[in-house]
Amino acid sequence: MSFFSTLKEKAIWVFLAACALLSVATTAGIVWVLVTESVHFFAEVSAFEFFLGTRWAPILEPRSFGVLPLVCGTFLVGAGALFVAIPVGVGTAVYLSEYAPNAVRGVLKPILEVLAGIPTVVYGYFALTFVTPHVLRPLLPHTNVFNAASAALVVGVMIIPTIASLCDDAFRAVPRTLREAAYALSATRLEVTTRVVVPAGMSGVVAAILLAFARAIGETMAVTLAAGMTPKLTLNPLESIQTLTSYIVQVSLGDTPAGTIEYQTIFACGMTLFLITLTINLVAHKVLKRFREVYE
Amino acid sequence: MSGETSLFVPRLARRRRRGRIFSMACALASLFGFVFLVVLILRVLYEGAAWVNEDFLRNYPSTINPPKAGVKSAIWGTVWLISITLLISVPVGVASAVYLEEYAANDRLTRFIQLNIANLAGVPSIVYGILGLAVFVRLCRLDRTVIAGALSLSLLIMPVIIIASREALVAVPRSIRHAAVALGASRWQTVRAHVLPAALPGIMTGVILAVSRAIGEAAPLLMIGALTYVAFVPEGPRDYFTALPIQIYDWCDRPQQVFHHLAAAAIIVLLGILIPMNAVAITLRAWHQRRRIW
Repeated sequence: MSFFSTLKEKAIWVFLAACALLSVATTAGIVWVLVTESVHFFAEVSAFEFFLGTRWAPILEPRSFGVLPLVCGTFLVGAGALFVAIPVGVGTAVYLSEYAPNAVRGVLKPILEVLAGIPTVVYGYFALTFVTPHVLRPLLPHTNVFNAASAALVVGVMIIPTIASLCDDAFRAVPRTLREAAYALSATRLEVTTRVVVPAGMSGVVAAILLAFARAIGETMAVTLAAGMTPKLTLNPLESIQTLTSYIVQVSLGDTPAGTIEYQTIFACGMTLFLITLTINLVAHKVLKRFREVYE
Repeated sequence: MSGETSLFVPRLARRRRRGRIFSMACALASLFGFVFLVVLILRVLYEGAAWVNEDFLRNYPSTINPPKAGVKSAIWGTVWLISITLLISVPVGVASAVYLEEYAANDRLTRFIQLNIANLAGVPSIVYGILGLAVFVRLCRLDRTVIAGALSLSLLIMPVIIIASREALVAVPRSIRHAAVALGASRWQTVRAHVLPAALPGIMTGVILAVSRAIGEAAPLLMIGALTYVAFVPEGPRDYFTALPIQIYDWCDRPQQVFHHLAAAAIIVLLGILIPMNAVAITLRAWHQRRRIW
């Protein structure tokens, strides 16, 4: 190879490697931004008050910076979403991998993808203008105009495709021979599914649920529109609450000058959110790696 | 087998009945998503179809005269934003995937980059907005412009593009690379002339899905401070802008009924772009899987 073509190969290598390293730079950038701005915040508000305080009132006097109401709201919506998405998502995956004929599968899979492709602001619109006034309030008249339940429901639907497709992959990775062995012992299809396939794919199911939960925790537009702007330490899903994400949006919509304590709350809340989702994601990847059943 | 010593009672009828109930439940579960989608689309059409007309596409938003409001600035904002996002994220994303699959040794650094990308894919979109606000808007002094939004969205969809491109590259058989190298092609020649073309449909599918995600994202744009009321069309990357999802958010957030109709109309426009894009991506993948030659 001539000198120039070797040089060209080298240059291309460097360019490609630089692109790959950009993703590391992105992570570093996120951590750097969250940490440096949060440091300013924690210089004024003690970490003790922030993480254990039970009142969130960053603008109204007397000010109080306890993040627990926001965390509570976030987990209320996340848990509600799982309540919807686990039975429907796992049920869908079982149907897809164990029962559905190929033709039905060929229709259902694309529908799930379209569902996953609907923007979250559209789900928010639907929760606010349909689910609350036309589904929840006729059934439960005490429901607030803004409530955690409507947001949890649509966020649940939003994460169904994640759970369904990851569980489907997990179930389909279970070898045929295991199923056939169970059938040979005269198990019915229900027994094969619930006692062989699902337990064998359990690590995939758990990882799918964790990844979906992290998505629900970080969901922004639907909760901002439908769940309200009232930081509250409550487990009642029919009340108006506030999540970490919707608080961050609320501050960014106002004209908050950089450097003020309100501006810095964005980063403190952002870091809390980032740490929660990162932990869940890391655990999910660990579960997949550690407990993956290797066949053959 | 004598009746009194056998511990095994088959109870087949009961077990089969349970099986039927279970399979029905699973089938119903898989219909749930479909039914939800149909109700959502019908609702949006019912509320907004009458509002979608030529004027709606041609007019600027208006809070004083809602019936005359339109999405012109939002559509053009989205077009600008997504064009620049594409120009940044696709080359960089595909290049990263090529590096990881075709060049990198399977060492610690590579595995670290891979884990890092998997985690980035799980970072909430609003966190990318916070990054964009601090780095692009404030630090780089780009202000709340199209380019600041496009950079934030590019970082957001990059992991999706990398993961999809890597899957497409892995699916290209080793033998194709071996054949090219055996004929004296350099590594880059092998990648450019043989591996990338073979992986192209898979990469395209991933890119279309990633871009359709970017088109629908509102949270990071709200974070960087994209405006909700814009009565002009951006003329370059340094202009202020709004985008369709932001316009929808703004209209949803107003209590008056008329704005909810406008929001529904804008959703029809948005889904009118996104659902065909998804359909193309899905068809492309199905077509590619059917006529794969290896």
